Amino acid sequence: MLGEGIAKGLVETARNFFGSYFTKDRLTTVQYPEERLPQFEAARNFPFLVYDGGDWQAGLRCVGCQICEKECPPKCIYIEKSKDKKPDAVGKLQFYPAVFNIDVSVCMSCQICVEVCPFEAIKMDTEFELSTDDRFGGLLWDKAQLAKSNEHYRKIHPTEAAEVDARLAEEKAKVDAKVKAAAENKTTPTSPGAVQPGSGASSTQ
Amino acid sequence: MNLEKIKSDIEAAVPGCNVQIVVNGSPSGQHSLLLERQHVFEIAKFLQDDSELHLDYCSNVTGVDWLDTETSEKVKVQRLVDGVEQEVEEIRKTRSPGYLEAVYHLYSMEKKHGPLVLRQRTENRTDQINLPSLTPIWRSAEFQEREIFDLYGIIFEGHPDLRRILMWDEFEDHPMRKDYIEPNDYEYEPTPHDAVLEKSMQH
Amino acid sequence: MEMIAPEDQRTAQSAATAKSEDALLDISLGPHHPSTHGVFRMDVVLDGERVVKLKPVFGYLHRNHEKIAESVSYLASMPYTDRLDYMCSLTNNWAYALTVEKLAGIQVPERAEYIRVITAELTRLQNHASTIGFLMQEMGASGTPLMYAFREREIILDLFESLTGSRMMSNYMRFGGCRVDLPYGWLKQTEKVVAEFPRFLDEFERLLSSNEILLARTQGVGVLSKKLAIQGGITGPMLRASGVNYDIRKVDKYGIYDRFDFRVPIGEHGDVYDRFMIRLLEMRESLKILTQALRDITAGPIMDTKTKIRGFRPKAGEAYGRIESPKGELGFFLISDGSPQPYRYRVRPPSLINLTVLEDMCLGASVADTVVIFGTVDIVLGEVDR
Repeated sequence: MLGEGIAKGLVETARNFFGSYFTKDRLTTVQYPEERLPQFEAARNFPFLVYDGGDWQAGLRCVGCQICEKECPPKCIYIEKSKDKKPDAVGKLQFYPAVFNIDVSVCMSCQICVEVCPFEAIKMDTEFELSTDDRFGGLLWDKAQLAKSNEHYRKIHPTEAAEVDARLAEEKAKVDAKVKAAAENKTTPTSPGAVQPGSGASSTQ
Repeated sequence: MNLEKIKSDIEAAVPGCNVQIVVNGSPSGQHSLLLERQHVFEIAKFLQDDSELHLDYCSNVTGVDWLDTETSEKVKVQRLVDGVEQEVEEIRKTRSPGYLEAVYHLYSMEKKHGPLVLRQRTENRTDQINLPSLTPIWRSAEFQEREIFDLYGIIFEGHPDLRRILMWDEFEDHPMRKDYIEPNDYEYEPTPHDAVLEKSMQH
Repeated sequence: MEMIAPEDQRTAQSAATAKSEDALLDISLGPHHPSTHGVFRMDVVLDGERVVKLKPVFGYLHRNHEKIAESVSYLASMPYTDRLDYMCSLTNNWAYALTVEKLAGIQVPERAEYIRVITAELTRLQNHASTIGFLMQEMGASGTPLMYAFREREIILDLFESLTGSRMMSNYMRFGGCRVDLPYGWLKQTEKVVAEFPRFLDEFERLLSSNEILLARTQGVGVLSKKLAIQGGITGPMLRASGVNYDIRKVDKYGIYDRFDFRVPIGEHGDVYDRFMIRLLEMRESLKILTQALRDITAGPIMDTKTKIRGFRPKAGEAYGRIESPKGELGFFLISDGSPQPYRYRVRPPSLINLTVLEDMCLGASVADTVVIFGTVDIVLGEVDR
């Protein structure tokens, strides 16, 4: 019968229309600024620099090695290495970035800087409401704007941050153990194997 | 697919042609056949029509730019120096002209085998850049050969509609060539990295 | 096999339709036409309402992706491949990773292969769903089918976001595996989505496939013959709608596609209706693959440990790798000279090559049909122009 197919289709639309009053999954729209969907843990937008402790300038993990600058596909990172050194999160003397700029109008959120960073210093943020009325300055972020605390990182990517923290703690424990061993070697040169294997773990924060 | 056999089949079917096997060093093992431009058309026709090969589907056509290369080697030559014949070391430079290359990847939809890689090369990169088009045999080469003409500048003889495809018609250079120089037309924009920043500051 | 001289065929057809030179009308269809998926234009010569000549014009989105890729490292091209066919970034990732793996002889762990198959088939589902939605939009069914398709697409994109961190620009695969492992509960969630997807397909079929208006608009329109499809290098659903049994998942058996039991739907007439139905049927086959893959996925590593992320330098040589992307054969051709950048990087875009026969399909059709025929080619301009 002519028109049967059309009628069948109309029944389908009617079912969807009236169904939307009863079943939630037929009504998928969210009224955005008032209502928000929860963000996924893996979500990513623009990079930020992680710092430990309370002072962002002292605790910045970045050592200015410029690997991310080289690997960045659209070349949106600009780093100037410092002339002097200061202690990093582990306590070793390291360089730090004197200038660290990211042009977020160029950044394409690909996460390659995060992958190549050997110091867990740069991570992806999930902040997406970033509109500004300054086309150039407002989108060129400097070190102060980029630095965010480790607590913030733990909040937005809990699983990933826990892994990173564990890894860093392990590294720190190793370094501490080495330092301790070296110190003990100096004081008691006759017993080089005196360090217990678990002795570094107590210093883990 | 056995390249040696295909080579001998081609040479039997198209008398007087010279086919070379280009060896590929990567683990992919996709070696290719280098064809002479005089016989390309007949060879392509044979590859398409041959009942055993039946390469009816030309998947990929692309250009490659190989720059002029200069190799220098030290040679010992006998030469008269102050009346005495002596052995003198001399650096001899050999300049091999670069060329543009068109690479075709052929498959068979009926026999479901492939790829057979064909290559043809131009004489140089400047004035003798004509190659026979294979579009009359495989239509799929139509847009791809146009693209090579556009980006590399190879002129395909026998192509039904050889115009620029991606760049605009008034554009002059061929941007995919290795020695292409970008036009210096940056707008001022305080981008953070050096090269663009420097260029944009000049404007 | 005899040769089809394209020019002869075209002139013969146009002579049949054109009455006199004066009656012809040159118009530009697009680039602002909503059916042109962005910035595509057709130079059309019309005789009354019939198309006499049609030349596709593109390049407005050309950014020379290949040149960019030749100046950056192998890894840095991976995020750029997302932006080729931005509807299905995960299959683009796979095609590129596959080619580099061929070039450097890298083995991929089994779990990573399963993840690749799962993500690629999910990509196919959402691409075909939205393609059909767009096609209906172009036919004048504004809104309803497209919104239904997008509702389902969004569910799949949510899966992508929870896995890769981004809905569309996934940048997920790496040479020798995948970037991150599946998050907790992802497989369960995917199983649920896969189990519920047939409901949407049934709904879509009830809504569309017996609709008389749709049948009148699509059957016998834009016929592509088997011979021309092969000669024109057409791939993907368009080729199979013309009756050619050629699916690279079956032919090359790349990845682990030889482990799955699925069928390749083949069309008969090669018209718009067949191309529409093929996509619906392919979604059902994809669901079959997904069910098997989700059942069989094993635990294990997801990255080949021998492959370096930074400072990756394959040996000098070349490789051509291809996969069956939702739009057709997506191939990458790489030449390495032993340096960290590829010497030659080439994308074989299925969208571009499927446009080769657009003129042949549209000759003699009306303008309204041209739009519909163009819709079934399923192109994305990011890939056509590169």
